[in-house]
Amino acid sequence: MFAQLTQFESPPVDFFSLTPLFILVGGAVVIMLVTSLSPRPIPGWFSTAVSVAASAGAAVVAMVLWNDVRESGPYSTVSDAIGIDGFSLFFTVLVSLGVIATALVGDAYVRREHIAAPEFHALLLTAATGAIVMASANDLVVMFIGLESLSIGLYILAAMQFRRPHGREAAMKYFVLGAFSSAFLLYGIALVYGTTGSTSLIVIRERTSSLGAMVSPSELLIVGIALLLVGFAFKVAAAPFHFWAPDVYEGSGSPVSGFMASVAKAAAFAGLLRVVVVALGANEGDWAVPLAVLSAISIIVGAVMAITQNDVKRMLAFSSVGHAGYILVGVQAATAEGMSSALFYLFAYTFMVIGSFAVVSVIGWDNGHPIERYEGLAKRRPWLAGAFTVFLLAQAGVPMTAGFVAKFLVIKSAVAEEIYWLAILAMVASVITAFMYLRIVMAMWARDADVDDAPRLAVAPATAFVVAAAVAITLVYGIIPDSLIEFTRDAVPALVAGN
Amino acid sequence: MLELIWLVPALPLAGFLTLVAFGRRLGEPLAGWLATAAAGGSFIATVLVFIGLLGEDGHSRQFQQVLFDWIPLGSLKVEAGFLVDPLSITMALFITGVGSLIHLYSIGYMHGDEKFSKFFIYLNLFLFSMLMLVFGNNLIITFLGWEGVGACSYLLISFWHTRESAAVAGKKAFVTNRVGDWGFMVGTFLLWTTIGTVTYAEIGPAAHALTSTTGTAVSLLFLVAAAGKSAQLPLYVWLPDAMEGPTPVSALIHAATMVTSGVYLLVRLNPVLTDDALTVVAIIGAATALFAALSAVAQHDIKKVLAYSTVSQLGYMFLAIGSGAYVAAIFHVITHAFFKALLFLGSGSVIHGMHDEQDMRKMGALRALMPITAGTFIVGWLAIAGVPPFSGFWSKDEILLAAWEKSPVLWVVGLVTALLTAYYMSRQVFLVFFGEARWSEEGDHPVHPHESPWTMWVPLAVLAVAAVAGGAMNLPLVADWLVLEHFLEPVFEHGHLHHFTSSTGTKVGLAVVSVVAGLIGISFAAGAWLLRKISTNKLEPEFLENAMYVDAAYAKVVGGPGQKGFDMFAAFDSNVVDGAVNGAGRVVQMVGRFIQPAQSGYMRQYAIGIALGGLALVIWLLTGVV
Repeated sequence: MFAQLTQFESPPVDFFSLTPLFILVGGAVVIMLVTSLSPRPIPGWFSTAVSVAASAGAAVVAMVLWNDVRESGPYSTVSDAIGIDGFSLFFTVLVSLGVIATALVGDAYVRREHIAAPEFHALLLTAATGAIVMASANDLVVMFIGLESLSIGLYILAAMQFRRPHGREAAMKYFVLGAFSSAFLLYGIALVYGTTGSTSLIVIRERTSSLGAMVSPSELLIVGIALLLVGFAFKVAAAPFHFWAPDVYEGSGSPVSGFMASVAKAAAFAGLLRVVVVALGANEGDWAVPLAVLSAISIIVGAVMAITQNDVKRMLAFSSVGHAGYILVGVQAATAEGMSSALFYLFAYTFMVIGSFAVVSVIGWDNGHPIERYEGLAKRRPWLAGAFTVFLLAQAGVPMTAGFVAKFLVIKSAVAEEIYWLAILAMVASVITAFMYLRIVMAMWARDADVDDAPRLAVAPATAFVVAAAVAITLVYGIIPDSLIEFTRDAVPALVAGN
Repeated sequence: MLELIWLVPALPLAGFLTLVAFGRRLGEPLAGWLATAAAGGSFIATVLVFIGLLGEDGHSRQFQQVLFDWIPLGSLKVEAGFLVDPLSITMALFITGVGSLIHLYSIGYMHGDEKFSKFFIYLNLFLFSMLMLVFGNNLIITFLGWEGVGACSYLLISFWHTRESAAVAGKKAFVTNRVGDWGFMVGTFLLWTTIGTVTYAEIGPAAHALTSTTGTAVSLLFLVAAAGKSAQLPLYVWLPDAMEGPTPVSALIHAATMVTSGVYLLVRLNPVLTDDALTVVAIIGAATALFAALSAVAQHDIKKVLAYSTVSQLGYMFLAIGSGAYVAAIFHVITHAFFKALLFLGSGSVIHGMHDEQDMRKMGALRALMPITAGTFIVGWLAIAGVPPFSGFWSKDEILLAAWEKSPVLWVVGLVTALLTAYYMSRQVFLVFFGEARWSEEGDHPVHPHESPWTMWVPLAVLAVAAVAGGAMNLPLVADWLVLEHFLEPVFEHGHLHHFTSSTGTKVGLAVVSVVAGLIGISFAAGAWLLRKISTNKLEPEFLENAMYVDAAYAKVVGGPGQKGFDMFAAFDSNVVDGAVNGAGRVVQMVGRFIQPAQSGYMRQYAIGIALGGLALVIWLLTGVV
């Protein structure tokens, strides 16, 4: 028996390629160890600092790896289970930036809500690790592990506002429905494994494309794809699998909602692109049209439902459903151009939505976020109102903002594939949603608002920094999108085996 | 040294940003000195780039610096880049040079104004935009500069916006310029759709592919743009009113630089311009020159005379372009920048010394009290009146020669304008600086005329030297002396630069005739306004004082039937368009309420939703139907 054990060979691991993951997990461990072992209470900013430093380190290492990949091409490690390519590194950078922004906004938030800072930041880091694993996975099982690390972190983050009834309810809903949808995904994985004989995305792609005759018309594979779609659609909050999103976004703390809408959505899209669009690309005929329909439903539901809301956080939640639909417009095109447009959209949206929720977090209130609370904000805090206006206009797709370029690119990729109905629908819907965004903008800039007895708003420097940086990114990539477009063009996933 | 080009616009931009952040704290006069330093630095950088350009060979004098790809969408590739060639560097040299002097002058002129630092914020921003306009290597960058200088112009016209007339004048300039901007945008689109590029270096070689109809259409659209910015008929109406702005603004923006950007645009696009379009340009230019000169004859406001004179001189430049004499147009742009900036600044000095009095009927005999202002103003007068050897003579003479070769009718119009110009400018000089004093140091409105501080007269002196010697750039007598023409020649490689064919005898004859015309104008004015030998009763007809009522007619049309039309549009907008938009919103809201119950808040319903959605997907994928 011992003899058998010695025969087990661990796969070769290129540790340097995995450094971003180690840094993030290491950061979480440092936070937990130091704060539990220290005899004196550690101030909250320590956790924030570690969180920001770890994410910044991960982003820097990812940029170094990015350079390697550009020079010597993408590769895989840990027995081909983890892929290091432009795609995974793009998401490493995006997720790290998302964590930095969320940690900085969360700093003031955890203090105000009396939430345990170490746990908040440690969970952010582990969830982010899961997100990066999802984007780098070359294996369905690894992908699932990443998904669960991300989700479990998010369940707890959503529950941290447990002192509020809405918060408890939201966490519970998110957990149960999340587990429910994970089951769909797991079933899908099982069926794909059953029909192709492997969980490796590289092998799956080989078998589905070259041996099309063997597996193609296998009903089981198609059912597997359908179930995978359900699982991912739930995570990206695409209709009709979006019902959880408004309740959860509303009930969670605003920084957490921003994290869900940006990082978690980005990771789920990364999984969808890697598994369905690339690994199962040969079956495009089966999933492309359903994805287009999901996209259309999401855009319509996002637009229609957002307009009827009176709560700013719920508006942002439904608009997030709509944005998932727009990103799907790029995904369903199933071309390199479509994928890079989806990546551009994710990048741009990340900063718009984190910035929006940062503003919401500043306004914060115990009993929801009715739009009336935003009336006259321009008089009380002109810069904050100005920043929120930029985020909202960007989400509406107004030119000179990154939101416009993002919408333009996804719609262009649909037009290039001659899917005109979806392109037209996307354009019309963007006009309708503009109505909702402008409602908030007009409320903020209303001249006759009575703001005399409104409470003073304190904007923490860290939050102000995030808002300013997000405005800068939104405007800069709206005016000179070229460098980001180049970046996303190099970030299309490559499934290659070996080093 | 060519690589330094980015510094040229970057310095005023840096000045602008610094002043936005700290201008109020710096206050007077530091904010002004900082802005002047930024402008002066920009001038030095331009000179360095100029020296670098001279180091290149004659026909390879073209340097592009691309900062980044700006809009890489589809087939439209737009770079954020600069184009340094003889044309852009020539423009930039006098823009930054005259600009720096006017910055310096403004420190004295704006002394005591409560918005002192704000004035210099706009001035630096203007300089930056103007340099982007000139140095942009494609139409889109030029358009950004075009809009930038426009915005600064409106802001500065209504700088004293508490004055009703200033606010109205700013609005007028804005509205009139929109017509020109329309031409610019449509022209750009048309050019892009037909030859697929908006980059100047590519337009030249590709221009021959344009059919003559499209070429004429493009040319005329850009003519509309140029006519708006450069105040040509029928879009000139905003420029006389623009004199509501502070005088340094009138000198910098509304005389020397911005209003010549229309000329720059047409010269830059010379490969595109067709013969038919050029004839239209020539006719509009000649008509504007004559019309504005006639209007200038009967003005009483010292600045209004100069304003109409500017419109008239811009007409000359258009006449030159229309005759294919692009070099002459640019030559006149430069000399005009010198002498007209000089005249405006001189008038500002007079206004300053007379305690904000602008009516020439209340001036007179200021020569002794303001010697430097008077002396430099007289230099400017001789230059614009076309007296040799002052700079204005050389550039105007070249334009008249080009007009003669295009059509003798145009030449006659130009000649009459020259006579009128000499007359009204002499009238101004005699009314302001000579004759008896029509003001008093006592009484109800005591005035104590005095010379201006050095910050104001130093620019006057420098500009006076330039106005005397500027003609040396392009002396016609010997071919080797045509320095400007040889320098600019590579710019017209793909266009049709007009080369003079007249014999030397004709050239000299025409020059003599124009000098005689100028002298007649001066003598007549001297008889009427200096010696008072000729009755002046009928020399200021109301018809001309009101600029032939064109402005009033516009106001009547825009205010009468126009107003009704606008009201109709407004009603259409608020009822039909808004109705459609609001209606769509309302329908969507109703649909939302209808499907709202699905978002019940019950988890079991959400789970069923997911399950049903998944089931539908599975069935669809399997069977192809739901």
